[in-house]
Amino acid sequence: MFSFIIRRIGTILLTMLCLTLVVFFLVNLEPNLKKLAISQTEMHTSADQLESWLVNHGYRQNFFSRYGQWLGVVPKQPITDPATGKTTQRFTFCNDPTVPTFSGVLEGDFGCSTKFKTTVAAKLFPALGATGILMLCVLGVMVPVSLLVGILAGMREGSRTDRVLSVASIASTATPEYVSGVIFTVVFASWLGWLNGSAASASQGITFYNFTLPVITLAIYGIGYIARMTRASMVEVMTQQYIRTARLKGLSFRGVVVKHALRNALIAPFTVIMLQFPWLLTGVVIVEVMFRYQGFGYTLVEAAGNNDIDLLLGCSLVSVFIVLITQLISDVGYAFLNPRIRVQ
Amino acid sequence: MQAQYIGASTIILEVLWRFWPVWVALAIVMGASFLYKKKLALYGQLFDSGVGIAGVFICLFWLFTAIFASTISPFDPLGQIPIMKDTLPGAIEPQSGLVYLFGGDKLARDVFSRMVYGSQIVLIIAPAATGFALMVGITLGLPAGYYGGKIDSILSFLANLVLAFPVILLFYLLVTPGIMDTPIPYALAGVFFLFPIIFFCVLFWTRFKNRPDRIYILLGLTLLIGGWIYLGLVFDRDPLHIVHIDPNQLNIFVAVVFASSPGVFRIVRGLVMDIKTRDYVAAAQTRGESPWYIMLWEILPNARGPLIVDACLRIGYTTILLGTLGYFGLGLAPESPDWGTAIKDASRLLRSFIHPALPPTIALMSFVLGLNLLADSLREQSMKD
Repeated sequence: MFSFIIRRIGTILLTMLCLTLVVFFLVNLEPNLKKLAISQTEMHTSADQLESWLVNHGYRQNFFSRYGQWLGVVPKQPITDPATGKTTQRFTFCNDPTVPTFSGVLEGDFGCSTKFKTTVAAKLFPALGATGILMLCVLGVMVPVSLLVGILAGMREGSRTDRVLSVASIASTATPEYVSGVIFTVVFASWLGWLNGSAASASQGITFYNFTLPVITLAIYGIGYIARMTRASMVEVMTQQYIRTARLKGLSFRGVVVKHALRNALIAPFTVIMLQFPWLLTGVVIVEVMFRYQGFGYTLVEAAGNNDIDLLLGCSLVSVFIVLITQLISDVGYAFLNPRIRVQ
Repeated sequence: MQAQYIGASTIILEVLWRFWPVWVALAIVMGASFLYKKKLALYGQLFDSGVGIAGVFICLFWLFTAIFASTISPFDPLGQIPIMKDTLPGAIEPQSGLVYLFGGDKLARDVFSRMVYGSQIVLIIAPAATGFALMVGITLGLPAGYYGGKIDSILSFLANLVLAFPVILLFYLLVTPGIMDTPIPYALAGVFFLFPIIFFCVLFWTRFKNRPDRIYILLGLTLLIGGWIYLGLVFDRDPLHIVHIDPNQLNIFVAVVFASSPGVFRIVRGLVMDIKTRDYVAAAQTRGESPWYIMLWEILPNARGPLIVDACLRIGYTTILLGTLGYFGLGLAPESPDWGTAIKDASRLLRSFIHPALPPTIALMSFVLGLNLLADSLREQSMKD
C-alpha cells in the first residue's frame, strides 16, 4: 500500500511537470507574447517598442532557461540595462530579485501576475479560498441529495419512484451549468425575485440571498450523475444473497436497506464523487463567470484572457494537482472501503 | 412606432406550423420504424420503451430541424431589422408581415430563426467530432489493451495527461485567436484526420489481404476518398472545392477531438482487456490470425454495444462542450447563431430581457436530453441480450 502511494505520487509529479511544460509552451507562442506585450504597453506602440518590452522583461531568453527559472532550478535573472549595466527588477510590483537567485515554484515563488500587478500567490490563494467555500457548499448539497435520490431509486428497481427519479437524473445530467444557471436566474431572480442573480456581493459576506443560485447551479449537473451511479450500485446490492437472507430472517424492508444494503452500496459512489472534481472545476469556471463570484475560476478566465503567463501557470498547476490528488484519494479510499480490493 | 403583437396561443400555433417539414419527416420515419421494428434489430428495439421512443423522437426532431432550417426559419439568422430591437415574442415585422415568434434580441435579430439555424452548427460539428474521437480512441485503444506492456504504459500516460487538464483550460489554450497564426491546429488536424484513413486501410487489409480482387478496390477507394477529404480539411486544397472548413471551425473541431479522444481510448482499452480473455479470441490466435485481424474483426465487433452507448452520450457531451466554447466566446464568430453564443449574449442581459435566453437554453437541453435518453434505452436493450 505504502509503495503504491509513493509510486502514484511519483507519477503525479511527472504528470505535473509535463503539463506545465505544455502550458508554458502554449502561453509562450509568438501571438500570445504579442498579445501580452500589447496589453502591457500603452496604446499604439510600434512593433519595435513591443519587441523591446519583451526583451526588457526577459521574455526573449531561451525557452528552457525560462521554464527552469519558473520552476526554480535555474537562477532567476534580473534585468540588466544595456546602457548603464545596472540591474533592475523585472516587475517592480512583486519584489523580483535584483541579483540572480533561485526563486521558482520549487522555492515557493509562483511568480508575478502581469494583469493584477501583484504576486501570483497574493492573487491565487485568496481566490482558492473563495472557491473552497463554494465547493464545500456545493458538496454539502450535492452529496446528500444525490445519494438519497440514488438509494430511493435503486431500492426497488423498476418501481414508479425508480422510473421518475431515473428520468429526473438523466435530465439533470443533460443540463450543463450555463443552461441551468440561466433558467434558475430567470425563474428565481427575474420572475419570483427571491434570490440574487449575481454573487458579486458574496465576497463581502455570504448570505442565502446571494449564494444559493451559484450553489444549486453547480450542484445540479453533478447530482444526476452521482445519483445514477448510486442507483446502479444499490440495484446490484439489493439482488445479493445476504439481502434475501436478511429479509427471510424477518427484518423489515427499511431495516434491511439501512443496516445491510446501504454500507455496501455506498462504496462505488465514493469513487464517483471523488472523480467528480475535474468536472466541478470546469463548472466552477462557468458559474463564477456567470454569477461574477471572485474565485479561482474567475481568476483563471482573467489570466487566460490576458495571457497572464505566471498566473495561468499557477492556475494550471493547482487544477492539475486537484484532479490528480482526488484520483489518488479515490483509489486509496476504494481499497480501504472495500476489503476485497488489494492494491499491489 | 410601436410594434404590433399577436397573442400567446397564436404564437404556439404559428411555431408548430413553421415546423411542418419536421412533422412530416418525423411522421414518415417514426411510422416506418414502427411498422418494420421487428426487422430493425437494435434500432427497432428502441421502440419498445417510452424512454427509447422519446429519445429517438427528440434526436430526429433536431436532425430534421437542422436539415430543413432554411424552410422553417422565417428570417435570416444574421439579418438585423432595426425596428425589431428587443421586441417581445410575437411582434409583427411591418415590412414582410411575418412574425418574430420568440421576439428579437439586442441586435434586432429573430431569436426563433437563430435557434433553428443554431441546430445546424451543433448537428454538424458534434457528431463529426465524436466520430473522429472514436476513430482516434479505437485505433490507439485496441493495441494498448491487446498488447499491454510498454505501448499501454506510454499511451495511457498520454491519455491521463490530457484527462488531467480541466477542459476549460485546454480550450483557453487551444482555441485562442492567436493560435491560428501558428501551425499547431493544422498539425493536430493533420495527425487526427490521418487516423480514420489508417483505421480503414488496416481494417480492409487484415480481412481481404488474400483476395486481390477486393483489396485493391477497397484500399484504393479509402485512400482516394480519405485523401480527398484530408486535403480539403487540413490544407484547404480540395481540387474540386467541395470540402471546405473555416480555420476557426477547424480549430474548434481539433480541440473537441483532442479533449474527447482520451475518454474513448480508456473505454476501448478496458473493453479490449476484458474481451481478449474470451475463447473466440484464443481460437483466432490458434488459427494463426494476425494480431490486428483479431483486434479489428474479433474484438471490436464484440465491443460495439458499450461503444454505441458511449457514442450517444459523447455526442451529447460534445454538444455541451460546444456550448461551453460559445459561452466563453472562444472559436466561433461572435455573430454565429449557435446555442452557446446565443446563451452568452442573452445571459448578460437577463435583468432587462429574458425572452432571448430561453429558446437556445431549452434547445440545447432538449437535444442533450434526447441523446441521453437514447443512450439509456440502448444500454437497457443491450443488457437484455
